[in-house]
Amino acid sequence: MSEACIYISRSSAIAARALAGEMMVMNSADSTFFTLNEVATAIFQAADGHTPLQEIVRDRICEQFDVDPEQAQADAEEFVAELSGHGILLVSNQPLPSETPR
Amino acid sequence: MSLMTEVGQKAFNLGVPLAVHMDVTYRCNERCVHCYLDHDDHGEMTTAEIKDVLDQLAEAGVFFITFSGGEVFLRRDFFEIVEYARRLMFNVKIKTNAVMIHAKEARRIRELGVDTIQISVYSHRPEVHDAITKLPHSFERTIKAIRFLRAQGLRVTIANVLMTSNSSDHSGVQNLAAELGVQYTLDPTITPMMDGDTSVLSLRIPGEELPEIFANPALVGNQEEFCAPPKPPSEEDLEGYSCSAGHSFCYISPYGDVFPCVQFPLPTGNIRQQKFLDIWNYSPEMKEVRSIQAKDLTVCSSCSHVSSCSRCPGLAYMEGSMRGPSTADCEKSFYRTGVPTANMLRQGLSKPRSISGNSAPLIQIRPIAVPA
Repeated sequence: MSEACIYISRSSAIAARALAGEMMVMNSADSTFFTLNEVATAIFQAADGHTPLQEIVRDRICEQFDVDPEQAQADAEEFVAELSGHGILLVSNQPLPSETPR
Repeated sequence: MSLMTEVGQKAFNLGVPLAVHMDVTYRCNERCVHCYLDHDDHGEMTTAEIKDVLDQLAEAGVFFITFSGGEVFLRRDFFEIVEYARRLMFNVKIKTNAVMIHAKEARRIRELGVDTIQISVYSHRPEVHDAITKLPHSFERTIKAIRFLRAQGLRVTIANVLMTSNSSDHSGVQNLAAELGVQYTLDPTITPMMDGDTSVLSLRIPGEELPEIFANPALVGNQEEFCAPPKPPSEEDLEGYSCSAGHSFCYISPYGDVFPCVQFPLPTGNIRQQKFLDIWNYSPEMKEVRSIQAKDLTVCSSCSHVSSCSRCPGLAYMEGSMRGPSTADCEKSFYRTGVPTANMLRQGLSKPRSISGNSAPLIQIRPIAVPA
């Protein structure tokens, strides 16, 4: 598990909407389309740019879903890296500004 | 099944309005010869009203929104509307003639994260295009705009509406699209005027010219598959529904009227008087549209084409009954496969009647690419 704080924010290029508990996400830059499961949706919804990922995992994931904290953190980091690779999430070790369209 | 198809099916089954087509104005700076709209402003929704509708649509679960018109850029608040929609995280598509798009507008569209811009181009020959739009130099302006949009890396689709005056130009427009690096879509849809006037249908290309289009793999994909004779319908086919209209898709006019589809003029309610979800969930008209299965169709349920026909319930409704046949789709099925439809057989026809005032469009382009 990484010790440094990770901040995540949703990219302004995406469209997103919940459908029956799952989040649909589309990146307008390349039209890639994803659906996120309940846990991933909770992380995505909490990606406000100023709440550290560790805090999101502790307060939103471990609280709501019966998961091992260390495993949850590792899974969350993997998920964040994947979505960041697709331009869905922005990741930084500093708080990020809101990325809604200007 | 692709992920998008799966999501479309899920929304369909749950009755979630996944996609909405919203015309923000009927005003236009072109006067296309085939246009079905009344371009006078009879009281368009205000900016505040549209924002309120967008809030309601987001709450209802709408993901895809297409802004169209009229010409959307005639609304001075159009960018404000798009910005608001993007803040609500809609996937936004725009349909426009693009003549008002310059470098600045193209940049703004990119900044706002618009998914796709669909632009009408009637011909690769400027004089033919301009004669259809009745706006001098519109071809030049539209093509220039497409270059501005492409320079911003935006996805553009050229919609090529075919009619008598440009019926031989689809290859030229396809080549132009390739040169511009944009998608191409063919649309021989000529719709009766909103007031019911069917005179514009005389512009429609004759059915006899369809086999040439259907034989072109660049337009239809796998031609052998596309033109294959119909398979006998299964029980599942007969339990099926026509399309997403009223199930996971609807249309909202500039005046707030809600319809099952842009091509299905059955009023189901007005958003100025009722909440969107009340119309969507409880309108008797919307419920009726939603209830119709293939087995309920008066003529088509016994047609050999029932499982593969593109029968449009909106066009059928315009012909008299949403449960009846859509002559335009009968023609398409016949010219695609050579097999007569039940609708033709009951009238004793071995081939479709030539153009009549009652005929409707031949091929429909779904307002968005969400599977039914």
